[in-house]
Amino acid sequence: MNLHADLLVLLPELLVAAGTMALLLGGVIAGDRATAIVSWLSVLLLATAGFIVLTHADSRSAFHGAFVVDGFSRFAKLLILVGSALCILIAKEFYAIDRASRFELPILMLLATLGMMLMVSASSFIALYMGLELQSLALYVLASFNRDSLRSTEAGLKYFVLGGLSSGMLLYGISLIYGFTGTTEFAAIAKVAGAGGIHIGVIFGLVFLIAGLAFKVGAVPFHMWTPDVYEGSPTPITAFFVTAAKVAAFALFIRAVISPFPAVAHQWQQIIIVVSVLSTLLGAVAAIGQTNFKRLLAYSSIGHVGYALLGLAAGTQAGIQGMLVYLAYYLVTNLGMFACIAAMRRDGESVEDIRQLAGLSRTQPHFALALAALTLSLAGLPPLAGIFAKVYVFGAAMQAHLYIPAIINIVASVAGAFYYLRILQIMYFDDPVRGFDHSTGRATNVIMWGTSAISIFFVFVPAPLIAIAGTAAHALFP
Amino acid sequence: MIASHILSIVTFLPLLGAAAIMFAPGGEASVARTARWVALVTTLIEFAISIFIWLKFDGSIAAFQFVERADWLGPGIGYHMGVDGISMLFIVLTAGLMPICILASWESIDTRVAEYMIAFLVLEALMIGVFCALDLILFYLFFEGGLIPMFLIIGVWGGKRRVYASFKFFLYTLLGSVLMLLAILAMYNVSGTTDIVTLLHYHFAPTMQVWLWLAFFASFAVKMPMWPVHTWLPDAHVEAPTAGSVILAAILLKMGGYGFLRFSLPMFASASATFTPFVFVLSIVAIIYTSLVALAQEDIKKLIAYSSVAHMGFVTMGIFTLTHQGVEGGIFQMLSHGVVSGALFLCVGVIYDRMHTREISAYGGLVNRMPIYAACFMVFTLANVGLPGTGGFVGEFLTMLGAFAVNTWVAIFAATGVILSAAYALYVYRRVIFGELVKPALQTISDLSLREVAILAPLVVVTVLMGLYPKPVFDVTSVSVANLITEYQAALAVDQAPRLAARTQGVVK
Repeated sequence: MNLHADLLVLLPELLVAAGTMALLLGGVIAGDRATAIVSWLSVLLLATAGFIVLTHADSRSAFHGAFVVDGFSRFAKLLILVGSALCILIAKEFYAIDRASRFELPILMLLATLGMMLMVSASSFIALYMGLELQSLALYVLASFNRDSLRSTEAGLKYFVLGGLSSGMLLYGISLIYGFTGTTEFAAIAKVAGAGGIHIGVIFGLVFLIAGLAFKVGAVPFHMWTPDVYEGSPTPITAFFVTAAKVAAFALFIRAVISPFPAVAHQWQQIIIVVSVLSTLLGAVAAIGQTNFKRLLAYSSIGHVGYALLGLAAGTQAGIQGMLVYLAYYLVTNLGMFACIAAMRRDGESVEDIRQLAGLSRTQPHFALALAALTLSLAGLPPLAGIFAKVYVFGAAMQAHLYIPAIINIVASVAGAFYYLRILQIMYFDDPVRGFDHSTGRATNVIMWGTSAISIFFVFVPAPLIAIAGTAAHALFP
Repeated sequence: MIASHILSIVTFLPLLGAAAIMFAPGGEASVARTARWVALVTTLIEFAISIFIWLKFDGSIAAFQFVERADWLGPGIGYHMGVDGISMLFIVLTAGLMPICILASWESIDTRVAEYMIAFLVLEALMIGVFCALDLILFYLFFEGGLIPMFLIIGVWGGKRRVYASFKFFLYTLLGSVLMLLAILAMYNVSGTTDIVTLLHYHFAPTMQVWLWLAFFASFAVKMPMWPVHTWLPDAHVEAPTAGSVILAAILLKMGGYGFLRFSLPMFASASATFTPFVFVLSIVAIIYTSLVALAQEDIKKLIAYSSVAHMGFVTMGIFTLTHQGVEGGIFQMLSHGVVSGALFLCVGVIYDRMHTREISAYGGLVNRMPIYAACFMVFTLANVGLPGTGGFVGEFLTMLGAFAVNTWVAIFAATGVILSAAYALYVYRRVIFGELVKPALQTISDLSLREVAILAPLVVVTVLMGLYPKPVFDVTSVSVANLITEYQAALAVDQAPRLAARTQGVVK
């Protein structure tokens, strides 16, 4: 295969890379005044990349199989692009109100997005690591973007140190796998592992790999960083962590265990099952006492990671399909949640305490309705969108005979429903406090409304998403 | 066109009303007025449609009628609606009680009226959907979805401990339901479909049936509620606003019984047979124990709540006798209890609106100033006791008849419940209505207003009609119930054939 064809495969990535450089140059020349225009151009760039991803609908690989474009990577990339674009818009309006706009923000988010796109296309461990580090380095900086805020810098530092540790583990696992199989390419590893007699060293490598990946998705017992980082980072950046970065990490996780190691599925499945159950249990219990909205959502995200991993634990095509449905729902719902948090301002100051939502149904009934729909969807209550994600993940788990983990996880979801209901209680039952400012950005409001409408009305047309996720999952099981 | 989509229309029309209220223009007072009228008109249209369905319903066939199908989730999971003799009357019950609930809230709800009416309309859509759904996932969506509006109704417009009661109600029922969801998924994995009509003729392996039965039981027993998972009900009833209590007692509780009839018995026949003694024991404990608890209550609503648990004990007992009388009695008991308990809560609501207390000791001698009220309350009290000539009698009698045919002891214990129900019901009636009107606060209490008469009068008529002439109900249910029992016996025979064969082989050897 020649270079020209290889480059064409990575056209969306190249476009984002080149566009980011151009925007960076432009930003340096024009300064912070140009933040708004840089943000809009970034969104345009991502939209173009998304268009290319959508229209180039054939499966190809490039650079001797280091990168692969298939239904799975296309699905994940589209989610990532949507998440990134909307987060850039939320960030633009968020900082515009604070009068602290800086043009580096969209640039850094673009770089992280580029890393994510490479991650989900990677089909060799070296390519995977490159993409992952490009994403991570950008995210470390983003976490501490409010450089004068103690909490933000603390979040950045924590994320950096712990993220570095997890990358180290990941890399160690990769080196073990390479050492015992003699290759870093997924397909080649699968061939070696499938030929019988897999070495115990590969299993060790696999364990380290999964530990590193569990770190990146924020699953128990590698979740410690999530509450602090999610709480400390600026709200739009947390949104970015929870949506685009989470989807990318999950897509990476899925491909990195499904593609190279189908022959030793029963080995990694055990680990995933334990990680999944622990995550849901912790997510259900730990969020109950939280009053900071972002911290609460951090614990809630740990719980959701647990549910999603149940699909991976099943290890089947149905399981991956369920996971992809779950990721799409999770991305959309959380975009809405964080748009709501970004819109929670009183006299221009951000409010993150959930008790300040008291009586919102009377002061701002429409805002309350949107937030309630998103919250109930996150709780997985019918007839909102969340139930369908749960149905597909748990259905796959039941099909794979994971009865006990499924029962534990679904009972944990009842305990988890408590803190989602508490948000409803605060908004609807409690006596009102002063409402929030009305002058939040237009795009933030549109995202808030759009996502809550999707949560409510998804029940009427669920089939397309589920069919697309099925096709995407099929790509991993040739 | 309209006739072929009648079930979708009756299910989703309330949502249209809710949307109309949501976008109603104007200030708070005018929106409240619009909301009341829109809700009333919508529910009345619903009632008319449900009557139309009843008239068009053919009681001589057991198959599902007014069937609608559409693609929805993918292979095996579709949008499938239809009613048979078991489900149809619950739609009429729901649609019939709704306008009464709206009228009962006309004056007593004066804050956030629009939201209140929206919650009720959404709740109506979801409740009717439960009885129409012929796909398990669809059923689950309606079944669970009803929790959210009810949670809000209790939590926003409820009494002092409304937050506690609403959370307890929600989490209790959710815990039961999620296990049912897992069972539904397991059924889908084995059979490849969640279509109820197909699954009614699908034989699950006997060991699997046991687990599936238990999972469904967890959901329906909580909803019903059966002893010992009934503790959410008194709290929810006491704290809910009057109309909320009516809906809770009259319709939400019936979903448990309906679930047993629709799923547990026909789909898991041999597991049902295995667990029948277990259900009988729980039913009898519910009948006797909660009747005794009801005797000791000082709060009228709590008393009716406990009496509901006892009456639902008759329903589960009747259903699980699997005799024609028992099952039909169970269905009739659910319908009559829907009317009677709803009416009793409305009666409590009437005096609560005037005095703002539900303590029995705060009342006494009401007959002196409220004769019409006393008469209405008496009809419902006697129906609750199960006096012949009222709706309550027919159901209780038939369930006991069915139980007698299956197990004499069960019938005997259940019969003591009838005596106990007379004790607590008449006791509370005497304390509230009879005696001297000595309490100073009651001296100026007024009798029923025209609106309240309009609410209670139809229920009095229905209660007496159901007792004197129950035939229209049985005309609808009879064939479907007979079909249910035949299919249950057939399924049981299929499951027991290998076991019997093994036993005879053993004998031959």
